[in-house]
Amino acid sequence: MQQLTTEIRQAARKLLQEKKVDVVIGFERGSLPLRSRPCFVRKEEDVDRLVWDGCCENNLARYVAKSKEKMAVVAKGCDSRAVVELIKENQLSRDQVIVIGVACRGMVDRLRLEASAAPRPILEMEEKEDLLLLKGSDFEEAVPRSDFLCDSCRTCTHPNPVLADVLVGEPADEKNQDSFADIEAFEAMKSEARWAYLREEVDKCIRCYACRNACPLCYCPECFVDATLPQWIGKSTDRSDTLIFHLMRAFHLAGRCVACGACERACPVGVDIRKLNRKLMKDVKDLFGYEAGLSLDEAAPLATFRPDDAESFIVNP
Amino acid sequence: MAVSGKWEPKIVAFLCNWCSYAGADLAGTSRIQYPPNVRIIRVPCSGRVDPFFILAGLQKGVDGVLVGGCHPGECHYLTGNYSARRKFALLKSLLEFAGIEEGRVQFSWVSASEGVRFAKVIEQVTARIRSLGPSKRLVKDPPQGVMHAAAHD
Repeated sequence: MQQLTTEIRQAARKLLQEKKVDVVIGFERGSLPLRSRPCFVRKEEDVDRLVWDGCCENNLARYVAKSKEKMAVVAKGCDSRAVVELIKENQLSRDQVIVIGVACRGMVDRLRLEASAAPRPILEMEEKEDLLLLKGSDFEEAVPRSDFLCDSCRTCTHPNPVLADVLVGEPADEKNQDSFADIEAFEAMKSEARWAYLREEVDKCIRCYACRNACPLCYCPECFVDATLPQWIGKSTDRSDTLIFHLMRAFHLAGRCVACGACERACPVGVDIRKLNRKLMKDVKDLFGYEAGLSLDEAAPLATFRPDDAESFIVNP
Repeated sequence: MAVSGKWEPKIVAFLCNWCSYAGADLAGTSRIQYPPNVRIIRVPCSGRVDPFFILAGLQKGVDGVLVGGCHPGECHYLTGNYSARRKFALLKSLLEFAGIEEGRVQFSWVSASEGVRFAKVIEQVTARIRSLGPSKRLVKDPPQGVMHAAAHD
């Protein structure tokens, strides 16, 4: 990890020195343990703020859409996929962004780590190969890294950047296949049980829109939840409104969601947000053979069609 | 609710101006009988139907939604129904995944010359929605103290 940090700083310093970019978007150490936060480096002397560790959980592509500046962005596999989608959707031009790609080993789930050490607070975490060394005021403990990966990282199929102008670190193994076992299991449940589950999930939702704000692909100037003419849905936490919010949020990401899981990590109340996104991801893959953010040339699935698309759902008396 | 006091399904049909709506018109002028449960909303194209229209209908208490468009290859705007087909395939699957009963939301192609087919589609859709019973899952409860419009009919 220290090695990656050094390499990121080198790359950033070079880009700023050569004036190839106005800003480098990366991560710096947060003010709380287990937290790294987005950081915008504009001056060479600030380059040493940049770090890389297992807590770089935000999707930094969030900050590049619609910007006029020349930017360099530190990108994991999922961040780079979001950059690809943004370029395809004309929110960013390719020559405006330099991607400092980082071969990702998956981010650690802060909440699960904290729960495992509770009630003792973790004050520091160090990463050694496949171990996480947790330190508190009166304890020190090593836990296996693989046990504490974020859910979205467990099913990640593209840890390596798909688009990188500078590559940092050794490309990781991309053998992981996402079988969507969780979605298949959910599909196999009875309609009533699925309804009951989602009802409970949306009942937690406080409509803070942190999921939308964390999403690299939610860049509309006016989101449907904020629109008042017409007002598409009510703004309270009424169950019907909230469920429609979640359905439509997921639907607006159909064929665009890059599976970074930033929405779920941003959620303060632990709503199972990825359930609907992953269902659409699975359907888009099954029906249209498309995975978001893998290539700059492939047309977005909902912006194109094939005359022989499946239509078994059409009423045909 | 019907005059008899028995529950009757209330269905909203979004029909495209060029085919399905004309098909409905033909069914009417040809005096073909079909269930009176549908309320038709004319739209320029099935591609115009935003998933939000469908969800808004369900939220306001309709028991089912039908979207009708031109047959593939016959769209007045050439490709509107092809785009709609992809969108609806995902939407239908997502709604069922979320626990909205299969059949609440249905899609069909009816051309301007298919008055008979239009009647058959409506019969089939109405029968399916009737068998599901009143829609409850996405309906928004009226605020306390406000009388629900549905309580009157």
